[in-house]
Amino acid sequence: MSTKTAEGVAGVEFDPGAPYRCSPQVSLRPEPFGALVYHFGTRKLSFLKTLPLVEVVKGLESRPDVHSAIVAAGVEEAQRPAYLKALAGLAASGTIEPR
Amino acid sequence: MKLVDHFQYGLNSPICLTWELTYACNLSCAHCLSSSGRRDPRELTTAEAKAVIDELQRMQVFYINIGGGEPTVRPDFWELLDYSIAHNVGVKFSTNGLKIDKRRAAQLAATDYVDIQISLDGATPEVNDYVRGPGSYDMAIRALENLAEAGFQQPKISVVMTRQNVDQLDEFKAIADKYGAQLRITRLRPSGRGADVWDELHPLPSQQKQMYDWLVDRGDQVLTGDSFFHLSAFGEALPGLNLCGAGRVVCLIDPVGDVYACPFAIHENFLAGNVRSPGGFQEVWENSELFTELRQPQTGGACSGCQHYDSCQGGCMAAKFFTGLPLDGPDPECVRGFGEEALAARGDGHVIPKSEVDHSRTKLGKKSPVLLQLSMGRPDRACETSPLAGLGASESDSGLRPAGRGVPVAGS
Repeated sequence: MSTKTAEGVAGVEFDPGAPYRCSPQVSLRPEPFGALVYHFGTRKLSFLKTLPLVEVVKGLESRPDVHSAIVAAGVEEAQRPAYLKALAGLAASGTIEPR
Repeated sequence: MKLVDHFQYGLNSPICLTWELTYACNLSCAHCLSSSGRRDPRELTTAEAKAVIDELQRMQVFYINIGGGEPTVRPDFWELLDYSIAHNVGVKFSTNGLKIDKRRAAQLAATDYVDIQISLDGATPEVNDYVRGPGSYDMAIRALENLAEAGFQQPKISVVMTRQNVDQLDEFKAIADKYGAQLRITRLRPSGRGADVWDELHPLPSQQKQMYDWLVDRGDQVLTGDSFFHLSAFGEALPGLNLCGAGRVVCLIDPVGDVYACPFAIHENFLAGNVRSPGGFQEVWENSELFTELRQPQTGGACSGCQHYDSCQGGCMAAKFFTGLPLDGPDPECVRGFGEEALAARGDGHVIPKSEVDHSRTKLGKKSPVLLQLSMGRPDRACETSPLAGLGASESDSGLRPAGRGVPVAGS
């Protein structure tokens, strides 16, 4: 997996302690495995490969930080580092952004 | 389960939908996949086409590939283009360049969310016009010039690879660079009139390796519509989805509203339904018998024992079908040579399935390619290779990549 980490769009570091949201330019299409992500700005297609990850991304808006969105989606503790890594990748691609 | 495995079982909506707006075409390319030429009187009306766009918006199909025929000869083409974009359904359309004059080029350059694909099947007029007809090279180049002058960002040049143009790959790239375009190459299929010329035009085995090597070197700069996955058996997998997406992530809506499993499969055996029937496109996509069947696990048939089956998946369904080969065996261009063996084993008197859907013009026009100089019965009109896929600016133009490569995910 070549997911970019740490660096977000415009070089802003991904900070899971900060509030985020799904980009308003992004649409999520529910699929059996999770969701298809389409970014109307970059016209790029990507995928959220698990259903809980979809919940996390949708829940960001209403949570004070990324960590609590992960907890609220019921992600098991052992899985959380993998989710943080995936979310860093989503921040780098502009799918999610600080709010 | 890997992402690609999910794709085999079908998605809620297509990722790559091709919509051919009309069978009418000003050209008559010898290898036209949809046997286009004459308009069909039953083609969808403007209102019906808009209703389809509304439905695609509801299904969250974020962009479509529009082709034909030559889609721009429809008088309502520009109206439908604007309507689609306004409804969050982006458009990439394929054209031979006919209508891309300075005025349209400027209009397109000012439109967000539209992508243009100019068909060119030779890097020189000799090679191109041989299959696409006299004057077609100049028409395509003029369109590219107009787009470049208007500042249209990165149109695509779409090339169907043939025996005659494989040696021109570097020249195609140079043309693309010259006009600020992106090169897209796709595989010749024996579909439509392509069946008549496949024996003469399809690349030789040595050329297949040549294309593969070129793609391995340049894969990141060139789009392919993921159409060369049968070449993956040469070695490393090519970028993109190495899987036949027909009826799973891909489909075709033809000008009269018929829904087929893929753009290269216009034949009743691959007809899933019609957008005019109750429930519309969504009903066909979700519940048609054909698509349900295509989403069942595939066994691989005669190929299942082959060590390369995982990478090539038995190749292209349409290529097999229209060369008279069984669908659960090797692709006719299997890089291990099993396809040639299978073709030889068809025996005398084998029957190649022929589509009932043929809008070829019945008379030879001045602009018809002279290619084979066959009888007067078959020839004329049509064109346009229509995009099998096309998304964004990622390494694969369907935007699909093998699971785990560059896709933001959690777990696997």
